[in-house]
Amino acid sequence: MYQFDYHRPASLKEASELLKNCDEAKILAGGQTLIPTLKQRLAMPSDLVDLGALKELSFIKAEGDAIMIGAATPHADVAVNADVRKHLPSLAKLAEGIGDPAVRHKGTIGGSLANNDPSADYPAAVLALDAKIHTTKRLIEADEFFKGMFETALGDDEIITEITFPHPKRAAYVKFPNPASRYAMVGVFVAETPMGIRVAVTGAGQEGVFRVKEMEEALAKNWSADAISGIKVPVENMLSDLHGDAEYRAHLVTVIAKRAVAAAI
Amino acid sequence: MVKFGVGQSVRRVEDDRLITGGGRYADDFRAPGQAYMVVVRSPYAHAKILSIDTESARAAPGVVDVLTGQELQEAGLGEVSNAAVALIKQRDGSPAFKTTRHVLAVDRVRHAGDAIAAVIAESEAEARDAAELVMIDFEELPVVVDTEKAADPSSPAIWEEAGSNLAYDWGKGDEEAARAAIANAHHVTKLKLINNRIVVNAMEPRAALGMYDKEQDRYTLHVPSQGVHGLRDRIANDTLKIAPEKLRVITEDVGGGFGMKTFAYPEYPLVLYAAKKLGRPVKWTADRAESFLSDTQGRDHVTEAQLALDAEGHILGIYIDTIANLGAYQSQFGAFIPTLAPRDMQAGVYKVPAIYNHVRAVLTNTVPVDAYRGAGRPEASYLIERLMDKAGYETGLGPIEIRRRNFIPAEEMPYNQKPSLPFDSGDFNRNLNDALAKADYEAFEKRRAEKAKEGKLLGLGLCYYVERTAAGMSEFAQLAVDAEANVVHVYTGSQTNGQGHETVWTQFISSRLGLDADQIVVHSGDSDVLPGGAGTGGSKAVYMSTGALGVASDTLIEKGKQIAANELEAAVADIEYRGADGEAVFAVVGTDKRIDLFEVARKAEGQTDSAALEAAGEYKEAGNSYPNGAHICEVEIDRDTGDFEITRYIAVDDFGHVINPMIVAGQVHGGIVQGLGQAMGERTVYDEESGQLLTGSFQDYWMPRADDLPFFDTSYNEIPSKSNQLGVKGAGEAGTVGAPSAFINAVLDALRLAGVENIDMPVTPYSLWKALHGAEEKAA
Amino acid sequence: MKSELDIMLTVDGAEERTTVEPRMLLIQALREKLGVKGPHIGCESGRCGACTVLVNGEAVKSCMMLAAQADGAKITTAAGLAAEDGTLHPLQQAFHEHHALQCGYCTPGMLCAAMDLLKTNPKPNENDVRQALRGNLCRCTGYQHIVDAVLSAAGTLGSGASAVKGAAE
Repeated sequence: MYQFDYHRPASLKEASELLKNCDEAKILAGGQTLIPTLKQRLAMPSDLVDLGALKELSFIKAEGDAIMIGAATPHADVAVNADVRKHLPSLAKLAEGIGDPAVRHKGTIGGSLANNDPSADYPAAVLALDAKIHTTKRLIEADEFFKGMFETALGDDEIITEITFPHPKRAAYVKFPNPASRYAMVGVFVAETPMGIRVAVTGAGQEGVFRVKEMEEALAKNWSADAISGIKVPVENMLSDLHGDAEYRAHLVTVIAKRAVAAAI
Repeated sequence: MVKFGVGQSVRRVEDDRLITGGGRYADDFRAPGQAYMVVVRSPYAHAKILSIDTESARAAPGVVDVLTGQELQEAGLGEVSNAAVALIKQRDGSPAFKTTRHVLAVDRVRHAGDAIAAVIAESEAEARDAAELVMIDFEELPVVVDTEKAADPSSPAIWEEAGSNLAYDWGKGDEEAARAAIANAHHVTKLKLINNRIVVNAMEPRAALGMYDKEQDRYTLHVPSQGVHGLRDRIANDTLKIAPEKLRVITEDVGGGFGMKTFAYPEYPLVLYAAKKLGRPVKWTADRAESFLSDTQGRDHVTEAQLALDAEGHILGIYIDTIANLGAYQSQFGAFIPTLAPRDMQAGVYKVPAIYNHVRAVLTNTVPVDAYRGAGRPEASYLIERLMDKAGYETGLGPIEIRRRNFIPAEEMPYNQKPSLPFDSGDFNRNLNDALAKADYEAFEKRRAEKAKEGKLLGLGLCYYVERTAAGMSEFAQLAVDAEANVVHVYTGSQTNGQGHETVWTQFISSRLGLDADQIVVHSGDSDVLPGGAGTGGSKAVYMSTGALGVASDTLIEKGKQIAANELEAAVADIEYRGADGEAVFAVVGTDKRIDLFEVARKAEGQTDSAALEAAGEYKEAGNSYPNGAHICEVEIDRDTGDFEITRYIAVDDFGHVINPMIVAGQVHGGIVQGLGQAMGERTVYDEESGQLLTGSFQDYWMPRADDLPFFDTSYNEIPSKSNQLGVKGAGEAGTVGAPSAFINAVLDALRLAGVENIDMPVTPYSLWKALHGAEEKAA
Repeated sequence: MKSELDIMLTVDGAEERTTVEPRMLLIQALREKLGVKGPHIGCESGRCGACTVLVNGEAVKSCMMLAAQADGAKITTAAGLAAEDGTLHPLQQAFHEHHALQCGYCTPGMLCAAMDLLKTNPKPNENDVRQALRGNLCRCTGYQHIVDAVLSAAGTLGSGASAVKGAAE
């Protein structure tokens, strides 16, 4: 790791000020991606702003037809929370499948979204469930948030504070992991919400998480695995690496989407 | 008294410290005043070094020194050992090409990760910061990484002086007879396969702490090794050019070795040189990225073979053509692994009248390849067991019957398989039958039909492996009775890497001398204590070390008898040692006149040549042993994704007498998983253009995890070996020898249902899907 | 030169104060500053689990956390599991009884990962145990005896579990 200064602000306001005033500050949430990146000397921030002391960012609330999750809530909490398990079991299952238990104790939903790794799980849930992302500055719609691989709509000194998920009528997330990294090679989140049906895919797309509108339309007419079995995503938009080429990923998207539809509750 | 004898599943004595965070691994050692070393490694797989500028690095905070290859050459350091090259004579009688590997590269780097400079600083962080400031100008050169392509004469030679990438062209066996067998065969089974390269990845990275005592002009090295004596001799003789007595090598707990920690790596003489130069201890610890780029790797063969059969399915002969990738330099035993390590093991457990093994070894811009658990024997077993399966399908005999027809029968044991496999014992049919029963083979087709209804392909694979454990070297041991502490100190020249040597040696001495476990203290890993030691490797420790301990304990008892005779006022001939039933005494035969072992030790002073009751032992009589067994694996494949799962795994092994069944079970499980690791996902990929290791971290290099595996059903049929006193057959490598072909044969058994005829290791969901998808397209 | 930080950790019951660079990892602070050698370093990507410790009772990879982040935390390592009189924790005892370790390098991390599981799921089945240990690599045991040990410590080792001879004698 290169050297940096470390800050542990006591309030969101202080955190925002630090981000604004430091040269090249980075937010440290759970650190499960950032710290390995720093260790490999792939990033050189001047300052780290640790959100660990901001307990107000770690919560799960069920209100009306929505679940609100604080940005600094670790995956482990989401996985076992009674409200999430009741209203959003698909999200609890997704959280339970991230990394391993130790990673889930530290990694946070806000950190995962802000990083927008193309093979992370949470972006698929946010996009499929049409969740709202609250920040220190504004509210961002899911469709507006993800801007391609490792890119989001967030400004440099903008901090995610909360994510609001609607209760879906039914939803499921199925992941086909890369055997080595256990990240999604293809992860498909299907959801039927009051706003409509959505299919979001992570792990496979060159631009990060994406929706499959064709599948959404087909499912709107007929919610069944068969309804989408003939729908293929374009191979040329898929990632290709030594663990699986674009053709394999494109094929998996359909297979895994079908399984997600069949598993939706 | 707790039973602590031979044959019991005695719990391990080493566990106490290891489960309470008290292990003493190499990185745990700190010497007062130590400096930290970080190695600057080549970012290129093949390049000329035009210049090295260390000025900025030297000026960085905390930096003590920066070493380069040029300085080491000027100081007279020799090269990194590649001793085994001398053993290889080519087919035309000429010696093999020998690579020269400097401790630090001088004008050329030949693999990504090749060591170029060493930065030594007050702290590790400072050394790492400064390492980035060492400025090196390179001129990139064309890269060769692929095994087969390297053997193509048109590929660029990475060692120009060799004229090509061929390090040697070696052969063994009766070539004419093997060719004739193929020419006259009723059927010839042909197979081309890849034995994929493995990154060893012991969980403990390598480390080294070098010290130098100016007054005594003597070096000390703390290092995780597989035997201190061999390492000492190689470093002293080949690199530092000093007498071995001038170097003391110490190894305590080792976090796994699997062959890889045997060798004299460049970092070891480097910390010693630096310690002497700087007048302070110097410490180096690899991080995992360095382990991927600097630990020797395993396997990496491409083999084409032909198996000749008569009309009844009996083997007439085998012809083997292998290209073995040695990496950028020949590592210490690298040249030995594809040639002399397996010798004729490609014949397996079958009667093979003629065999010829042709090996071409190539040099490439990859990390050097050397012994990895099994070292040549897993490669041999994988070949013959894939051939037998294929022949079984091609002849219609099936994989079981063709093996049975060719097994060397138990009633013909001992059997001298020409040219060089003198089997001492074995009952292959019995083990196979037991394994089939445990696998519920009768009901397999029913299981397969049920799985087919779910859209799954179920396959069952069989392997009958045999391996030959090491022999032909000396092992040393020493016993010292400590009368004050009431313990016996046990010293052996072997070295635990986690296998449980302390427990087994304790069991052995407990049974020999009649002592409780807490009266025995086992030591190893100090080159000053014993004259020599064979270390751990080749599954030999149990019979070599107990052999040496047997000699030492016999000598100890004889010495004790002399003293007891004096004390009991009897003739030496009338003294016997009673070491059983809670007794550890010398007694006058037929009387109850006795004297305790520790009492004898107290009287030893002045009566023996040393101050205490001590005895040394050397043992070299053991021949090779031939552990063998049947492995059966059942695999379920998801046609839609290529995902797969092992649903059943049975191993019935013959390890001769088993001293500690619990420890042996652990060896078998771990061995199987290393074998399965190679077959079900461990994939070492070098980029063809740049030569970079693309699978250089656990992010990209799959290793078996707890949720990838089933429980294994393991059991033993104990058919004693006749090649050593205890009747044991080494068990350390057996699982790794058997598992790859059992798994791949199971996968192929399943894939044949979908029209797929061949697949190579490592199998991944992606590779399975490609194979299935390809077959579908062909059929469409 | 960046500012150094004073931190306080309670390690295996003992309060420890030390000064660290902001970039120092928790594992480095434990091993280099405080001489706690139980947790090991096996990789730098957080994927091997050899460095797993309990931070305020939860399993955490101490190479994926800055020492500064742990300021004020209660850290438990393998050395802190045993009772003060040295009596092994039942999980440690089960590791010993079932031969759940060979070289022992992964063991302190494995123990902490298993402690974390048993806290949240005191009666796990085989699959639960395998899932809980997926972040911890072992190159020696093939995991079988580790799974046996954890099941045994939980009292759920029974039919359907490992068919090993020897270990259960």
